[in-house]
Amino acid sequence: MQPEEYQQLVLHNSPRRPLVKNAIMAFLTGGLFCLLGQVFLDIATIIERTEMEAAAVTLAAMILVGTILTGLGVYDEIAEIGGAGAAVPITGFANTVTSAAMEFRREGFLTGMGSKIFIIAGPVIVYGILSGFIVALTKALLTGLL
Amino acid sequence: MARLENRLGKQTVTFTSRPRIHCSYTIVGPSEGNGPHALEFQEILQDDMLHQKTPEQAERLMLEMAIEKALAAGQLKADDLHFFVAGDLLNQIITSTFAARSCGVPFLGVYGACSTFLEAMGLAGVLLQGGFATRVLVATASHYQTAERQFRYPLELNVQHTETNQHTVTGAAAAVISHEGDGPSLTHATFGTVVDWGMKNVFDMGSAMAPAAFNTIKQHLEDTGRNLEDYDLILTGDLGRQGSKMLRILLQKENYTGLDRLEDGGAQIYSHRQKIGAGGSGTACVAVMTLGYLLNKLKTGRIRRALVIATGALLSTVSAAQGESIPCIAHAISLEG
Repeated sequence: MQPEEYQQLVLHNSPRRPLVKNAIMAFLTGGLFCLLGQVFLDIATIIERTEMEAAAVTLAAMILVGTILTGLGVYDEIAEIGGAGAAVPITGFANTVTSAAMEFRREGFLTGMGSKIFIIAGPVIVYGILSGFIVALTKALLTGLL
Repeated sequence: MARLENRLGKQTVTFTSRPRIHCSYTIVGPSEGNGPHALEFQEILQDDMLHQKTPEQAERLMLEMAIEKALAAGQLKADDLHFFVAGDLLNQIITSTFAARSCGVPFLGVYGACSTFLEAMGLAGVLLQGGFATRVLVATASHYQTAERQFRYPLELNVQHTETNQHTVTGAAAAVISHEGDGPSLTHATFGTVVDWGMKNVFDMGSAMAPAAFNTIKQHLEDTGRNLEDYDLILTGDLGRQGSKMLRILLQKENYTGLDRLEDGGAQIYSHRQKIGAGGSGTACVAVMTLGYLLNKLKTGRIRRALVIATGALLSTVSAAQGESIPCIAHAISLEG
């Protein structure tokens, strides 16, 4: 049998990914995180003076939630059910940082945790900044600021 | 050239001196202890960290425990051994080498990913058949947490596992191969070639390894002139449910009969309700299933002759990240009760 033929054979004989189920579960899980965020935002809006401040408090609260759930060993269980619904919100970002910190803690604070804490989250930061720059540049060009 | 009397065909060696599994010991973690084969293993750990600081230390301790208890079972001391052949999944096979430093036996480190244990057993057979040793210790260990860290992601990361995903078995196994006793004997070993059919999906190792298992089985049957029906049980190590399915398809396509004898260690070490993807993998998977499940069957006479095929995916995180396909290997050993 030729390798190409085998690759096709595997493709035809692999279990189908339950896309509909995954999408629904991701929607519900992500929705629940957003709902929680909205609750935090509503509370923060009452306490804080400006909308900006309220948003910052909400972000911090959600990051804290993600971190605590990761530390308790629950977040990966949520992700097993919720998939992208758990990965995409800011709690997912907190999870990537915390899980790496926990994993590499054993290799020391400097060479382990310190250097590997962004091993998963790193690309998000790099390309987040890059795309932010491009968007800002585009806006500046379009509005004739440059 | 002198006639090689212990070679058979292209890839098989025969052990006419009948080296035997003199004594052995198997340890598994809590998840494996919850599986359908719990009673086949000699020890089930309640805590897979064994009160150690790191899972690497736990893996090593597990291996040392298995060795110590296997030797005790055969009333042997380290001084009675001529060679220690072992390997594991960690970089520079540190679990085996660190365990070897305390036993003072000439050490041969081997690596064949999840096929490591059968490679070690085959080499032990060769050493005994060749008259280079009277007792050879073979051992391996793997641990879910160490393997996840080395090959995959941090444990607590948000990852949704797929149905073809395999779970590294936490466990250790050790055996002394010698001409003594009345344990099952090794009759043939077929050492596999490295096979690469261009599979790249690291979340489906079973499908990547199935061609290697297929090639080795085919070659073994050709070299020995046997059929699948000549074996009461054909146990693949850790193809998992997906890999076993692909192996069956490959064998069916070439009109092999006797596929009802095929079983897979990885596919049956966990139960369905444990919801562990396609099953188990790791160096310990085939080792504990062979020295636990299969050995019990041979010893009690429920089966007389078995073929074990251990498959290994010979990739590294570097090769996978650079988009290379996954080379695989499979070694086979036939055992008789």
